[in-house]
Amino acid sequence: MHSFGYRANALLTFSVTALAFICAIASFSDKFSNQNPSAEIQILNINRLKKQSYGNDEVSLTLDISADLQSLFTWNTKQVFAFVAAEYETPMNSLNQVSLWDAIIPDKEHAKFRIQTSNKYRFIDQGHNLRGKEFNLTLHWHVMPKTGKMFADKIVMPGYSLPDAYK
Amino acid sequence: MGLVGETVDSIKSIKIRQLLTQAVTLGMIVTSALIIWKALMCVTGTESPVVVVLSGSMEPGFKRGDILFLTMTKDPIRTGEIVVFNVDGRDIPIVHRAIKVHERENTGHVDVLTKGDNNDVDDIGLYADGQFWLHRHHIMGRAVGFLPYVGWVTIIMSEKPIIKYILIGALGLLVITSKD
Repeated sequence: MHSFGYRANALLTFSVTALAFICAIASFSDKFSNQNPSAEIQILNINRLKKQSYGNDEVSLTLDISADLQSLFTWNTKQVFAFVAAEYETPMNSLNQVSLWDAIIPDKEHAKFRIQTSNKYRFIDQGHNLRGKEFNLTLHWHVMPKTGKMFADKIVMPGYSLPDAYK
Repeated sequence: MGLVGETVDSIKSIKIRQLLTQAVTLGMIVTSALIIWKALMCVTGTESPVVVVLSGSMEPGFKRGDILFLTMTKDPIRTGEIVVFNVDGRDIPIVHRAIKVHERENTGHVDVLTKGDNNDVDDIGLYADGQFWLHRHHIMGRAVGFLPYVGWVTIIMSEKPIIKYILIGALGLLVITSKD
């Protein structure tokens, strides 16, 4: 009853249970944080709107993204993954979401930022529906904790549109 | 003579009973682990409710050796979700983030493009030849929670099978030598 094997087994079981309990509580504490992130996106310039050789429309644009995501950081946050996506509708597709830019925010200091950038990922349609298209720009964030449940949310900014002709 | 015979018999019967009890206990432990696993599969709706991160393509968020908890609901797939998918012809599941989603009007058919956070290019190179999009049936689950470091046990056991045998041997020894 008091052999090394028994003691090691009891110690291991207890420590694993205690660790799991602590992780669950750490994750649960994230529920009580008060979060109010804000963001604003402006399109500085539509650089190109062209038709690719095999038929799909492609847009290249420059964005001015400013955001304050500092309130998302809790003591249990490892990083926040933020990305900007364009959402629009076409006759064939009820929803298209194309990610244009993303960034990993490692800590609270970096969470309030403003950058001007051209789109990191190519904005390509399935088809040629982009002329004159109205679309929403959404800033999504994905909070990745040090341990436990991840959660994500977004801000939708409607009212952007593309030019009516190829350029 | 009769007394010795009786004693021998009683010793033999105790041994058999004890052996059977231990075998049943072992069986109970194994089957309850199996029950918990299958129940988890039912509750989360996916065939693999827990996966271990094997590569560094999602760093610094998920490092090699972390464990991810997955669920699969009928909700549509949207950008930003971290999905686990199998490419046709490969059996190692890949955990990356969806960056492009195109959903058809009526059928609910969806084209998804994924990319690892730490990779420079999207996953088209990982898909099968001629495949440019993932579809719903490729995706096994969405990551909803995570535990760091715990998955190293699985990685070590699969890369050095000797450790697996040593562990099972030690456990078996513990069960056999326990007297209750």
